[in-house]
Amino acid sequence: MKRSRFATVALAAWAVYLMLPVYWLIGMALRTNEDILSQRSVIPESPTLANFVKVFTDPVWYEAFGNSLSYVVVNTVISVLVALPAAYAFSRYRFTGDKHLFFWLLTNRMSPPAVFLLPVFQLYSAVGLFDTPLAVALAHCLFTVPLAVWILEGFMSGVPREIDELARLDGHRFGYFFMRIFFPLIRSGVGVTVFFCFMFSWVELLLARTLTASAAKPIVVAMTRTVSASGLDWGVLAAVGVMTILPGLAVVWFVRGYLVKGFALGRV
Amino acid sequence: MRRRTNLAWLLVLPVVLVVAFTAVIPLMTVVNYSVQDIFDPSSRLFVGFDWYRAALRDPRLHDALARQLLFTGLVIGIELPLGIAIARFLPRDGRAASAWLVLLAVPLLVPWNVVGTMWQIFARPDIGLAGWLVNAAGFDYNYTADPVDAWITLLLLDVWHWTPLVVLLTYAGLKAIPPAFYQAAAIDGASGMQVFRHVELPHLTGVLTIAVLLRIMDSLMIYTEPFVLTGGGPGNTTTFLSQYLTQMAVGQFDLGPAAAFSVLYFLVILAICWVFYTGVTARAARDERADGPEGDA
Repeated sequence: MKRSRFATVALAAWAVYLMLPVYWLIGMALRTNEDILSQRSVIPESPTLANFVKVFTDPVWYEAFGNSLSYVVVNTVISVLVALPAAYAFSRYRFTGDKHLFFWLLTNRMSPPAVFLLPVFQLYSAVGLFDTPLAVALAHCLFTVPLAVWILEGFMSGVPREIDELARLDGHRFGYFFMRIFFPLIRSGVGVTVFFCFMFSWVELLLARTLTASAAKPIVVAMTRTVSASGLDWGVLAAVGVMTILPGLAVVWFVRGYLVKGFALGRV
Repeated sequence: MRRRTNLAWLLVLPVVLVVAFTAVIPLMTVVNYSVQDIFDPSSRLFVGFDWYRAALRDPRLHDALARQLLFTGLVIGIELPLGIAIARFLPRDGRAASAWLVLLAVPLLVPWNVVGTMWQIFARPDIGLAGWLVNAAGFDYNYTADPVDAWITLLLLDVWHWTPLVVLLTYAGLKAIPPAFYQAAAIDGASGMQVFRHVELPHLTGVLTIAVLLRIMDSLMIYTEPFVLTGGGPGNTTTFLSQYLTQMAVGQFDLGPAAAFSVLYFLVILAICWVFYTGVTARAARDERADGPEGDA
């Protein structure tokens, strides 16, 4: 397809639209509060790392950052571990109620977290998990597990069933087959799954806020609470915002090769 | 042919257990709340469908629903055509293509409240670049005071946040079209519009269905971004369903009405989801039959 001048201009405009708010956030993070409120300049005139220093030295911020990372990692591990066998079952076997079960799983991806707001607090308090990273990790399984099953099933169904048969005829045990033969074939699918579980758990606020108080307070909650409590420190807020984008960027960098393949299945 | 065995239930059991804990128990609790008047944990009164009747007659709920539907309609009307157009302009291979992929992924990776904060900082008339520029251009723009400005800002935010998802899905669909189709179209002398209509669009129905489905679902449950950006205001003009529900449940602690509202909310989304799912699976089954005897059930 020939690329016109119009396409180039449109893409450039789109890139500016995508990047300008991000640029502004980074610019704010590099300025002092007085500078932000008094100076109207597009480029920070006296850039400073003071806001980042504050984020790294104030335990409220770095502990919240650690809390977030810990529940996101736990959530991703749980999601992938339980979804792998289930996705294999959906892709390879027919069993009573399989279609209904699959649809039921998907409905959880579609259900608004606000609906679960009332009971989750009581439920997780009752089992003694309230205000722990594990509570948030489990609550986020609401949407990450269905997503993981949905993505992995797509990738597994792309692997010919004859491979399972051949491995069985060769006398390989199922565990050996799954780990050594099958798993490498769906590795890109696992990469994409990790990306989406990580992403959706990382960006969520409502459940994370409901299920934590002080000990396990995640970074996204720390941000909204600071806004209401001690007046607005725009510079620090922007610096934390910049920090929250970095883990996602790291993950997308590792799976960038697989991403298009994942999107091609249309399973997000 | 997939082998038929109910032993496969053992493989899905872990998922069923996890989802039972995270979804079924909470959902049953909500249903339980929705038919009771709860004063405190020890004194409850069974009230049947009273809360449902009250929810269906609540004018504030009607307003929130109307705003929600308008927002979802606008968001899809903007993001879908825009996303398709941008995906068609993107380079298909090379370094530029992977750079674009990472760039497009950025808005998707930003925590939703940070998206709100970012646009707040960007659009505020006192500290934001966009706020300065629009006011300097002679428009009186302040999204915290003017409902129209608030809606425009929120729409720009959502287009920024979620159009990349439509772009990525469409782009992946476009990449899957074999070059032979384009060559044939070029030999026939097809114009750009004709190539899109007769070559690309038929190949994109699958990914576009998913894109529309995801955008409907996710925009119907939008909460965090308006909560941070406008707090639902000015007045209630940007209060959507999730936010109204949260106000009821956490702000006023009206357990019964909030639970009835939750159940209705869930059922509506379930219905939309079911219509789309049956549509998608019916199409997939048709495609598989069209693939000939190699395709399986």
